[in-house]
This record gives sequence, C-alpha cells and structure tokens, in this order.
Amino acid sequence: MGFLDTLLGRTKPAQPNLDELFSLPTAAITLQAGMNLVPTGTGSVCFRAAEGKAFSDIESDVRELLSMGSGTASVEVTTDSYGFTWLTCQHAPDDFEALVTDLHAVNSSLADGGFGPQLLCTLVSFAGDSGRRLGIVYLYKRGTFYPFAPRSGEQRDNALELQVRGTVGADLKIEPDLTRWFAVWGAPGL
Amino acid sequence: MAKTRYAPDRGLTARMTLTMFLLGLVFVAFITVLVLILGATGRVSNGGIVFFAVLLGLALCVGSFFYSDKIALSAAQAQLVTPQDGPQAARLHGIVDRLCALANMPKPRVAIAPSPMLNAFATGRNQKTAVLVVTTGLLNNTDLTDSELEAVLAHELSHVAHKDVAVMTIASFLGIIAGLLVRFAFYSELFGGGRGRGGNNNNGGALPVILIVLVVGMVTYAISFLLIRLLSRYRELAADRSGALLTGQPSALASALQKVSGSMTRIPTKDLRSAEPLNAFYFVPAFKAGGKEVSLNSIFSTHPTLERRLRQLAEISEQLSKQG
Repeated sequence: MGFLDTLLGRTKPAQPNLDELFSLPTAAITLQAGMNLVPTGTGSVCFRAAEGKAFSDIESDVRELLSMGSGTASVEVTTDSYGFTWLTCQHAPDDFEALVTDLHAVNSSLADGGFGPQLLCTLVSFAGDSGRRLGIVYLYKRGTFYPFAPRSGEQRDNALELQVRGTVGADLKIEPDLTRWFAVWGAPGL
Repeated sequence: MAKTRYAPDRGLTARMTLTMFLLGLVFVAFITVLVLILGATGRVSNGGIVFFAVLLGLALCVGSFFYSDKIALSAAQAQLVTPQDGPQAARLHGIVDRLCALANMPKPRVAIAPSPMLNAFATGRNQKTAVLVVTTGLLNNTDLTDSELEAVLAHELSHVAHKDVAVMTIASFLGIIAGLLVRFAFYSELFGGGRGRGGNNNNGGALPVILIVLVVGMVTYAISFLLIRLLSRYRELAADRSGALLTGQPSALASALQKVSGSMTRIPTKDLRSAEPLNAFYFVPAFKAGGKEVSLNSIFSTHPTLERRLRQLAEISEQLSKQG
C-alpha cells in the first residue's frame, strides 16, 4: 500500500495471482519421486462468499461448470466453521492435470465476476506411506505455496513440512514468511 | 485484467484530505503567529516557553507513538495469546489468519482483554508491532455470530492496514503543543506576572504578550481538537468500508455494530471511567452518543453516528450485489 493510500485510509482489495497454479503438476511429480507422496486426486478452492445475488449466481455457475466437465470429476461444497466455502473436486489420482485445470476454472470464474479478492487459498492433497497426509496450499494474494501436514489432535508435522519445502523448492514458489503458513484444520480432502 | 467491484469513495477521500490540509494550515498559522508576536515584542525570553512546549509535545508524541502498543495493552490489562492458549484463542487466531491471508497483510499479534464490554481495538505504530485486542465480552457473547465477530476483526485489521495509530498520533501533535503552551503561558502569567508587579515594573510588557499567546493557544487547541475528531470519524468510516469489502459481508458488520452499540447502553458491570482513555481506538466508544443533541455530540465524537455507519454499509452491500 502506497503512502497516499495510507494517508487517505483506503485499501484496494488484494487481487489474486492465478497463474502460479500451473506449476503444481511438476511439483507433484517431484514429490512422488523424492518423498513418495502421491496425489489423492482431491483438490479444493476456499473462498469467502460475499453477500448478494451477484456472488451466489457466479457460485452456482461454477458448480454447474465443474459437474458438466469431465465425467470422472465429482464436486462437493462445504462451509467450514469460519464461514469460508470450500469447493472440493475429486478426480482420478493419476489425472492431476485435469484437477489443476478444474481448480483454475473456479478461480478464473470468480475473478472474472469481480470477486477475485474473495479467494483465500487452493489446496491439493497428497498421501504417503504410514498414513502421512500433506496438503499443498496456494495463497492467491501472495502467489506462493506452502505445505500443510496435519497430524491427529490439531498438531502439525513441521518436520515433514520443512522437508517438502526443500524438495519442491525448485518447482514451486514457496512462501518465505513462515508466519503466513496458517493452519487449515479440517480442510475437505485432507 | 480482471474486473473489480472495488469502487473508491471519492467523497470520503476528499473530505479526509481537506481535514488534514486544514490541520496543517492551522499548524502553520499557529507557528507563524507565535513567531510574529515574539518577534514584534522582542521578547525572545518567551521563546523559551514555546520551544519548551514544542519539545515536550514532541516527546509526548514520540513516546505514545513508540509505546502505543504497550500502553494500550497494559491499560486494557490485555494478555497476548497464542493459538495454543485454549479454544477461544485458537478460534480468534483462525479468524485473523484467514482475514490476513485474504487481505495479503502480515498477521498482527493477538491479545484478549478481560472486560465484559463488547469491544475490540487495534494498536501499535506499524504492521510489525500491531496488536489486535478483543475483550472477553465480545468473545463470550452468544448473541454475536461468527461472521459478525469476523466483521469486527476485519474492521480492526483495516485500522492496522491504514496505520491509523501513526496518522492520529501525528495529527494530535498540534493539539498537544497548543494545549501545553496554554498551560505554560497560564503558569508563567501566574508566577512570572506576580514577580513583575513586585519589582520595579521591569517585566510589565510580559503580561499582554503572554495573554496573547494564551488566547492563540486556546483557539488553536479548540480548532485542532475539532479537526482531529473529524479526522477520527473519517478514519472509522474508511475502516468500516475496507473491513466490509474484505469479508464481502457489509451486512454482518452492520448487524455487529447494532448489537455492540446496543450493549453499550446497558448498565456495564465495570466502572466506565476505567475504559475512557482508550476510547479513540475502540470499535464503538464506551460513551453513549445518543440523546437528542446528536448534532453537538457528533462534532465531539471520535466515532461517526451509528446511522452514518449503517448508511455507508448499506451502500456497499448494494454495490456488491450489482449484476454483471
């Protein structure tokens, strides 16, 4: 925010950066090769629904678009305890590219309707041996990714997260500020 | 380029610019008049008073600027909390986490103040030292829904993003100097004047000069006081606006405002005086600004009237639902 904006107390809502999402497929290959973490085929887009008809119209359009798309995909809508909406897409685990394309379609529909600032994050999930679970979270406003590895009882597997950062660091723009790696407990698909 | 639903409020921006310009103008006029008076009477010794007032005012401002977070935290007896400090703290952190990610701003520290009042405030001179304080009353209130609590927090985060503590501290600088000068001039007339009369009248000319300084100081203080309050009200409206746009739920903020200000008129269990010093940074001031003399009250108030705030939120709600 510029000096003048501060002085005049105006903030422009942050616009999302959508393009980085397409670096996910490369990272998925690296994760599988390097750490034996495989995509589960589940991905979700999280956004804060705005009030009014304009937003709900776009939201139902997006749902229709996704369910019409490739036959294997299933779409589910959930609202978490913080009031954020999660649109979860389920694809075949080996069709990671299609999943990312679907997620991107959700983003661009919202952004094209003028609701880009409402986008919070996108999450794609991975599973490893001995029940390890990992989510790669994309922060729209930063254009960066971070790993989120939940364990039972709202604990984070920080060792796994840092290991993932090292592994995919070349493929993804990893969020350098660790305080922004916020927890998404109970995210659908994790 | 994706289209945006964000429409800046040019009227508000213009009014805020004008207010700040007038504050600057009053400041320049004040200094000029002082220099002219002291120069014309050739009483440079009185310059000491002015110099001392400016110095002390500067020290006060710098002090409150750098210690605003610590002062406010200890005045509200607030405790900084981490997500591990119980379910309430975890919920609060969760909401703030998401709002900060939505707004693309660094996360401020979070504190909880033990108070039955429904309130929240933000303090700290920049985004690194910012603290978001929420009262236990607000967290425990069962009337307030999650999205209303979120709306209140989004309003406070907007204060942090707008650096309102810094802006208001700088704006208050003039008022503080003028106030100090009045006080010094008053004392120096009381004591210095007394000595002059006792002596051989060699200090005779000092009395009117000090009197003029006294009057100029009082006028400046009065004008700057009103302008600062006006600026504060505009900053509140700006924070309402950004907060509502951040969550996309202007109506949630409107209903939160109604609930929170409604509770202010109920009988609080704690002495109101203990809440007064922090008023300017509160979500809704602890005084009741009601009654019929709204016109007079609204000039002195740090916050806009509830009606004014609700009207703005209704406009934003309309903007958001616009088709196409």
